Parts: sequence; structure tokens; C-alpha cells
Amino acid sequence: MRAFAALVTQLGYTRSRNAKVALIADYLRATPDPDRGWALAALTGEADFSAVKSSAVRAMAMERVDPELFRLSRDFVGDTAETVALIWPETGTPTNDLRLADAVDSFANVSRARAPALLAEYMDRLDSDGRYALIKLATGAMRVGISARLAKTAFAQAFGLDIDAVEEVWHALAPPYASLFAWGEGGPRPDPEGTPYFRPFMLAHPLEDGTVDLADYAAEWKWDGIRIQIVRIGEQVRLFSRGGDDITLAFPDIAQHMPVEGVFDGELLVRGQAQMGEAASFNALQQRLGRKTVSAKMLAEAPAFVRLYDLLIDGREDLRTAPWHVRRARLEAKLPALPADRFDLSQIIEAADFAELGRIRDGARDAAIEGVMLKRRDSLYVPGRRVGLWYKWKRDPLTADCVMMYAQRGSGKRSSFYSDYTFGCWNDEGELVPVGKAYSGFSDSELKWLDKFVRQNTVNRFGPVREVEKSLVLEVAFDSIHESKRHKSGIAMRFPRIARLRRDKPAAEADTVAALRAFIT
Amino acid sequence: MNGAPHWIEPFPHGIYVRPADAWIDPSRPVPRALITHGHADHARGGHDAVWATPETLDIINLRYGRYTGENAVGYGDAVDLNGVRVSFHPAGHVLGSAQIRLEFQCETVVVTGDFKRRPDLSCAPFELVPCDIFITEATFGLPVFRHPPTPDEIAKLLAMLETNPQGCVLVGAYALGKAQRVIAELRDAGFHDPIYLHGALEKMCALYGEHGVDLGELRPVAGTDKSDLMGRVILAPPSALADRWSRRLPDPVTAMASGWMRVRARARQRGVELPLIISDHADWDELTQTIRDVAPREVWVTHGREEALLRWCQLHQIRARALALVGREDEDDA
Repeated sequence: MRAFAALVTQLGYTRSRNAKVALIADYLRATPDPDRGWALAALTGEADFSAVKSSAVRAMAMERVDPELFRLSRDFVGDTAETVALIWPETGTPTNDLRLADAVDSFANVSRARAPALLAEYMDRLDSDGRYALIKLATGAMRVGISARLAKTAFAQAFGLDIDAVEEVWHALAPPYASLFAWGEGGPRPDPEGTPYFRPFMLAHPLEDGTVDLADYAAEWKWDGIRIQIVRIGEQVRLFSRGGDDITLAFPDIAQHMPVEGVFDGELLVRGQAQMGEAASFNALQQRLGRKTVSAKMLAEAPAFVRLYDLLIDGREDLRTAPWHVRRARLEAKLPALPADRFDLSQIIEAADFAELGRIRDGARDAAIEGVMLKRRDSLYVPGRRVGLWYKWKRDPLTADCVMMYAQRGSGKRSSFYSDYTFGCWNDEGELVPVGKAYSGFSDSELKWLDKFVRQNTVNRFGPVREVEKSLVLEVAFDSIHESKRHKSGIAMRFPRIARLRRDKPAAEADTVAALRAFIT
Repeated sequence: MNGAPHWIEPFPHGIYVRPADAWIDPSRPVPRALITHGHADHARGGHDAVWATPETLDIINLRYGRYTGENAVGYGDAVDLNGVRVSFHPAGHVLGSAQIRLEFQCETVVVTGDFKRRPDLSCAPFELVPCDIFITEATFGLPVFRHPPTPDEIAKLLAMLETNPQGCVLVGAYALGKAQRVIAELRDAGFHDPIYLHGALEKMCALYGEHGVDLGELRPVAGTDKSDLMGRVILAPPSALADRWSRRLPDPVTAMASGWMRVRARARQRGVELPLIISDHADWDELTQTIRDVAPREVWVTHGREEALLRWCQLHQIRARALALVGREDEDDA
């Protein structure tokens, strides 16, 4: 428990992804089975140990500390689990002699009524970091900002394995992952056969300035949803996001309606009323992301569907070693068997030549279109990004001239720089109102200049935020713009970034909110 | 004798000792001031006559300049101010810090200023002074504040240094007291490498040296090559941690030495990667134990989490009141 507690504590103070991966990898190498497996499951939320309710933990503390003192402490600390961990009376030096796996076993087997007493018994043996980790574990509220993908990367790094190979077997395994660790230490690779596991996606390179010959490449729309993989084997269906995270529970409207065995690749979208039942913008889809469960109301208001564009496995036949045109034909043949309101086909764009394709791309104003995909007709399905096989050719971004209003320090390497900028446009009353926030797009030397500008033009400070003199025009590039109730301006930009510093332009000549509204899709 | 004494009176800007016409740690200029220690929220400029320990006067001279009428009173010594016997006793907080004991007509009052009870290699240890009215701070007056043993925290710092040989460990520590204590503890743990200082810490460290606190070899960061700072411990005031100044350092791990580091959110707010729970104030157990040890008739709480300490006094049937002094805890650190 001591090593696990130290890991949880350190992860809480670590911001860099690489540093988190290194911490987890070190832990996984140094810790025996099955403790490390349970730790991995706890960190990624893949196992839920919620044996005790948060209210029961609070009640335990109040039996030991005056309730009024507890309340004052809780108000100061801001987190119940942490307050209890810190306030728990220590009678001697904690022995810290609890094994993580023993705690997990005990909580799995204890009754709800007995669980608090068991937790209290363990708490008496641990120091404050140990108590904190144990409470988070026992209440099923670990949340240390670790995705499944990050944990898998850490595992792969710890044992010198290829991350794609780890992905292949991951979903076939269950905590505490004994066979996985055995593989890491030189044993046989676990066999995922018969389980609905994730296959790493094939990805596209941006098409910079080049052109391609449409005789060799097929063109499709690039949809502005999220990449999804649908796996069905036997009766089991799983949905995986781009990073390999299991999102099955968030989209029952898809998972419960895939009748065919195989592995499909496509774009998850939702239907919007404004689009007459056609694909809505990413904004609408976002409301449904990141949920563990979904309400009936959401299912009715924003029904999801999948626009399919590839077939990796047909039944149980692996097509990844077949060329794209073969897979495409097999996919088209599958479509009649799928419910039409949940699945459709991403259409091929017919164009005589590349120039015509460019005109078609520029003319597209559909809310859910981000640009064009170009796929080599003979390309095999290979994980990751390979040069020359698939390209994404995004629509030219929209731009607007905005005025910098506020700046905030960045994090990590950028913590001494004002690198996050809120910018605004003029409303009808002649006031500047914020329309977005950006923290990328500029070069290192531009960042230095911007940082200096912020420091020399500060007119107000609000904690970490500085309000600046409204004099600097930023040319902001963005992919699209949407209605938003969250912002005073009533609009929100998708993927805004700083395209240019317009030091030559007076702030009064920046764009108006009304001009931006014209871009709404 | 029962009830509040007539000769000592709290005001928002300080505690007034009526027969002596003197104020304790006043936050505005007064003719006569008694000062517990050199931190800015206790020692302000502009007073005419001042009584403090010689160390505290040296600190004030270094930071803010001189007062016109300085009266140095050593630990254990007493002066008579118009019938009030005033004596200074070690508070264990920082160099020169004192509790001020006041005696008038057979009644005694002790004002702790800020204090701690655990050992500190850079200042004189706290002395228990019995009294009728005990006027205490309560910076860490919540039962969640239990400072761990300081050597454990120093061990964390040294372990981080070892795992980061290509970088450095940057420790945020307040310029008066905390910085010198961290250095003294590092030396006590057997760490004898040169320690590098932000310019704002240099003079105070030198002053500690003049008062016989051996801090080993100290070097300025200014003028040192980035490559020479690899594998080093660097101390800076907390305000410099995320400032442009820190860009000159090689891949620093940001640490902070403060009692507030006990609370995760406090550490995260400051972007601290290595929280070191090292405080110059009494933690909850020390505060409550000190009240038990002093066993006063009444407890007054100057500043901090007074609500919780009053609640504890109520639970233990000790008469207590909060003074709500203004302008305390303005210093960056605790």
C-alpha cells in the first residue's frame, strides 16, 4: 500500500504526461503481482471497488473528531476524502503493513454493513498518504487523471513492449492482469481470441501543399465527429474511441443495434434538428461525450449514428491485409444488414480531377464536414500514420481579427509565460466581448513577445489572470463557429489558434461579433 | 481575579498595553511598539520607540531601515514601562522571535506572536511561559494540520535531487526564517554541496551567519552558468517559482517548503511538484498541547483559523475569544 499511496500522491502533483508515464512504469516494474495489477485497474477506473459510500467515510471521521471541527476542516481542505485522511487520529507511528491486494480482496468480500469498520481498521495502520489512497480506492473515486491509453503506454514502456501490441491484447484481459505482466516479463503473449478487443486505428497525414492523382486515391468527406471502432464477436459488442478507451456505455443507441459480427471503422455523429435530422456539428456531439451513462432525454434529443468507412474484420476474417478497395466493397455489401437509422456509408466523392475536388471541398458548408480524406486505393489497413497511404485535407480555416483581452500563465514548461489568451470582438453596443481563448499557433519568439506585451500592458489582475490594454489585434484561425449559451457573445469557436500577430492593425478595426455570426453552421 | 483585565486591550491594528502606552505588533505607526519578530505582518516601519530582541532589531534594520528609538531586550531580560514589567522569551519561530510577557499588578499576559515547538536548528527553542492570559496565533488551527517530522521532508528533497541529476530542485522558501531553516536542516542531514540562492535571500542568510547559524557554502544563482546548476538545490522566495527568473534554471523540479503543503489543493494551486511540509508555526497538536501546558485562565486568539481553536477551547472548557487582528498572514508563507 505504501508504494501505491506514493504513486497516487506523486501523480497528483505531476502535470507532464511523460513524467506520469515514467512514474507508473517505475511502479509497475518494482511492484509484485497482484498488487500492481489492482493498482493499474484502480488508476484507470477499469475496476470499481466502491465498497464504501463517501457519506459513511464522513460519518467514520465524525465518530473520532468533533463534527464542528470536521466541518471547519472540510471547508478549508475542500475534499472529504482528503480531510478524513488528514484528520484521522494517529495513536502511534503507522505500520503501513497493508497490502493493496489484501485490501482489494477484503473489500470485494465484505458486506456493505461491515465495510466501514474494515476501512477504519485499515486506516489505523496507514499514514496520511496511505489513508488518502485507501479512501479513494474504497469509495471508487480514484480520478487521478490517467486514461486507459496512458496506463497502457506506461505498461508498454515498463516492459519494452510495443504499444500497439499491448492494445491488441488489453481488452481480452481483466484485473489484476496476471497474464499481461507475465508476458511483460518474458512469458507468452496473452491470446485475445474470442473477446471483443480493440485494434489500433489507421491514421492519416495532413496533405500539406501537394496534390494526389485521383486514379490512385479515393476521396471521402472528412466528418467532424469522433473516430469510433465497433467490435462485435458472438453476442458481445464494444465501442472504442480513437485512444482505445471503451465508450460502449455512453452510446447504447449504437452498441445495442450492431447485428453483424466483425470490426467496423467509422465516424460517430449525432443527428441535429437544425440539420433536419442530418449530422450535427461537433458541438452537439460533445454533449454526449465523457459520460458513463446516458439519459433517455439525451438519446431522444441527440441520437447517435455511425458513418462507416472501413471494415477491418468481416465475421472472423481479418481484412486488414487486403487493399482498401476490397475492404470497401465488402463494407458496402454489409450495409443492407445494418439498421439504416444507426449506420450509413461515408460516400465517395466523385471528381474528375484534383482541381475539381478542391472546388467541391471549398464549396462544402455542411456543419459536420471538416474537409476531405484521400485514401490510397491499394492501401492495406496499417496501424498508426504511414506516409503516402491516407491523407486528410482540411478545409482552409476561417479567420477573424480579434483583440487580446486577458492572459493567463501556461503550465509545465510554460508556467512562467503568459501563453493562454482570451480575445474578443466588438458587439453592437461598441463593447469588446470575449469570443474565444487560444494557447497555440505562435512561434517561440512570438510567445516571448506576447509574454512581454502582457506584462507591459497589464491594467488589472484577477488571481492568475491579467487583463491587458485592449490594443493588440490577433488574427485567430478556427475550424468552425457555433451558437453557445456559455459565452456572453453567444458564440463559440472550434479549435481556435493564433494565426498571426497583427501589430499593424488598430483595435478599432477588429471584427464584430455580427461578422462572426455569419460563419455559424 | 476573573474577567478581562482593564489594562490590556485588543484593537484591529494591534494589542494596546494601556499603562505602558505601548502597542504589540501594531499594523500602523505608533509612538511606542513592542515587536515579537521581524516578519512584515508583525514589524512595520514608522514607530518612534521600539522594544525587541537584538536579533529582531538587526532583521528590521536589514529589511526596513532603522527606528529612531531602538531598545534591545535579550531573551529573559525585562524592562519596566511605567509599572508594566515587559520581558522577552524565545518563541522558536525564526531568529530573534520572542513571546512577550507582560506583568501588571500581579496579572500576567503572554503574547506569542508566531511560534512553534519542534526543534529548529536556526533559532532558539520555544520556552513555556506560564500566564493568566495567553494570546496565541492559530495559523494552522485546524486538526488537519499535523506537520510531519522535518527530517522526513528533507529526505524527500534529497531523494528528488538524486533522481534528477540533469535538472535541479528549486525550493520556494520565505526569505526570513524558512530559507535558513531549510538550509540548516539540509546540512544536518549531511548535505554539504554548495546551495544556490536567489538574490532576495542572500542578505538574510548572511545575517543568520553573523548570528552564529552555520549555513555552509552558499552561492548566488546570478552569474552562474546553467550547466553548473545541474544537480543543485536552489532556494528562491515563493514569488519567484513561476516567474521569469526561473527560466534560467536547468529543468527545475518545483518544491515549496510550507505548512500549507499539507493540503493538496494548496500545493497544486502554486504548481508545486514536490510539496515539503516544513512550517515555522505550531501545528494543531502543538497549539492545543501548548494551551494545555500553559494552562491559562483565558485564551485570546490573534489570527489564523481562530474559529476552530475557539471550538476546541469550548470543548475543553477553556475561556477563549478571537481578536480578529487585521493585516496578519500577509506574508507569503507560513
